[in-house]
Amino acid sequence: MKFAILVNEGPYTHQASDSAYNFTAAVLRAGHEIVRVFFYHDGVYNGTRLSVPPQDDRNVSDRWAALAQQHEVELILCVAAAQRRGLLDDDEAKRAGKDSSNMAEGFQISGLGQLIDAGIQADRLIVFGD
Amino acid sequence: MSVLHIVNKSPYERNSFDTCLRLAKADSAILLIEDGIYAVQKNSATSSKMEQALGNHPVYALQPDLQARGVNPDNMIDGISLVDYDGFVKLTTEYDRLQSWL
Amino acid sequence: MASKKFLYINRRAPHGSIYAHESLEVVLIGAAFEQAVTLAFIDDGVYQLMQNQDTGGIGVKNFAPTFRALGDYDVNQIYVEQESLELRGLSKDDLIPLTYEDEDDDWAEKDSIHVVSSAELADIIEQQDVILNF
Repeated sequence: MKFAILVNEGPYTHQASDSAYNFTAAVLRAGHEIVRVFFYHDGVYNGTRLSVPPQDDRNVSDRWAALAQQHEVELILCVAAAQRRGLLDDDEAKRAGKDSSNMAEGFQISGLGQLIDAGIQADRLIVFGD
Repeated sequence: MSVLHIVNKSPYERNSFDTCLRLAKADSAILLIEDGIYAVQKNSATSSKMEQALGNHPVYALQPDLQARGVNPDNMIDGISLVDYDGFVKLTTEYDRLQSWL
Repeated sequence: MASKKFLYINRRAPHGSIYAHESLEVVLIGAAFEQAVTLAFIDDGVYQLMQNQDTGGIGVKNFAPTFRALGDYDVNQIYVEQESLELRGLSKDDLIPLTYEDEDDDWAEKDSIHVVSSAELADIIEQQDVILNF
């Protein structure tokens, strides 16, 4: 079965990203496919390169990126939500005349169309939020 | 064409559990995750609501979320089934569409 | 691939958080994908459709006028839960009168908003393929 995952909240503040991560890992364990994981609203903050959590706690961004790399899962940050909140890749930063970018490896910025497309392609779409 | 209703908020914090019960058709399933698991508690203000729900829906709760919050499964209302994340995934394959009551 | 039925459920008030605004952005983008689109306003979501919203004094963007464009995007299945309205002391008269032109009926102007009972809304939810919540 093909799954699409929508994550509406950022790391740490809400459990949404953790629940989504655990669910995604379980989907892959069961041998199903992930069409993509789409991050919207504050969910785009999961794509930060600059998070420095305490040593004894999970690194939410890193573990998403690691899961994505291990299983070739697409992690998409919504461009409009990301721009609003200052989550930029190199291209966006250049385009907007900002002095740096802050998006982590393993994430990509794309449009809301990717969320709709995921809903069309997947057998199941699940939403994790606040 | 059946729905799995997922509730992630405590019934005391938000009306999501109530809204779910109002809009979930009979035989659709309910899964409690995150803070939603507090609705499993016996002898609480929401127990009778839950007991009534159990008459119309299979109700599940995500065991890791109970465990994280120190909720003892012995204090769960009878009839609620615990699932782990693998069971969560299995439920999502058994029901046709997923509705998250945030 | 046959088109799917997308349902967007709105349960939050506007302006106090961004969910209402950003979910409308998804609806507008989604409308271009030729899928069936239905909107449901439940609980505090009904407040999103109130008339006379004026955000000048709080300095945030007023996105309410965008609802009027939905008809042009073929988004005309808009359901508002009666119980949610009544609990809040509201009626359909308090809501923005959203309409669309029905091309199958000589472009007659029709109401996009339908106030429905919880039971009817439960049925509508069961008929969808993809359900989004924000």
